[in-house]
Amino acid sequence: MVAIDPAHLVGTGGALGALARYYVGQAVDHESFPVGTLTVNVVGSFVLGLVTFLSPGKSVALLVGVGACGSFTTFSSFSFDTVRLWEEGRPAVAVGNAALNLGGALAAIGLAWVVASV
Amino acid sequence: MSKAHPLVTLETIVLVGIGGFAGSNLRYFVGQFVPGLQGTLLVNALGSFALGFLLYEAIHVGIIGSETKMVATTGFLSSFTTYSTFAVETIQQTPALAVANVVGSYALGFAGVLVARALVRRFDSQSRRRDA
Repeated sequence: MVAIDPAHLVGTGGALGALARYYVGQAVDHESFPVGTLTVNVVGSFVLGLVTFLSPGKSVALLVGVGACGSFTTFSSFSFDTVRLWEEGRPAVAVGNAALNLGGALAAIGLAWVVASV
Repeated sequence: MSKAHPLVTLETIVLVGIGGFAGSNLRYFVGQFVPGLQGTLLVNALGSFALGFLLYEAIHVGIIGSETKMVATTGFLSSFTTYSTFAVETIQQTPALAVANVVGSYALGFAGVLVARALVRRFDSQSRRRDA
């Protein structure tokens, strides 16, 4: 197989991950709660967990792990959403959002570990 | 999903795709120099600051165009930062370091957004004074 430049693998995965995140946001996002960001962060963590535990080749790790999962999930939108919820006078929802992203992502990685061990 | 004009859909795909290509590559590049937890912490803090700046700019000032915002926020910055790598790296640490990574990442992410908000508000009041 022709060796592909790591930057091209990461970039291609990153472009696809960003587009997938955009369309998930369009489909599920809600005005009162950032469901889109929560969804991509949990689902993307599950897939990155699979990539990590199954340890496929370097190219797959770069394309799917670093590129697609890295871009599909987002920390910046999560930070902004959480601060905005707090500003809107909904501190409990802001804390809930922070906890759900973390708990959801960690649980998803745990699930990926179970799936990868089967 | 609203039915947009096919060219608008195409424009969105191009903007988000190019931003995602560049953002993920810059994250990978930073990781070559600052590998592991610290690199992820760095991109997440910087990206949260920059995203906060652009989104508060849109709320308070509104000079930057919507297409620029699309490529920079949804494309570039959201791809530059990552939650999945943060979560997987957290699980791979000792319990004490895992807690420190979560607290540190969250604190720097929120602080980045708040610093950006303060900066935008300063720009906003300056431009108002100039207009007055």
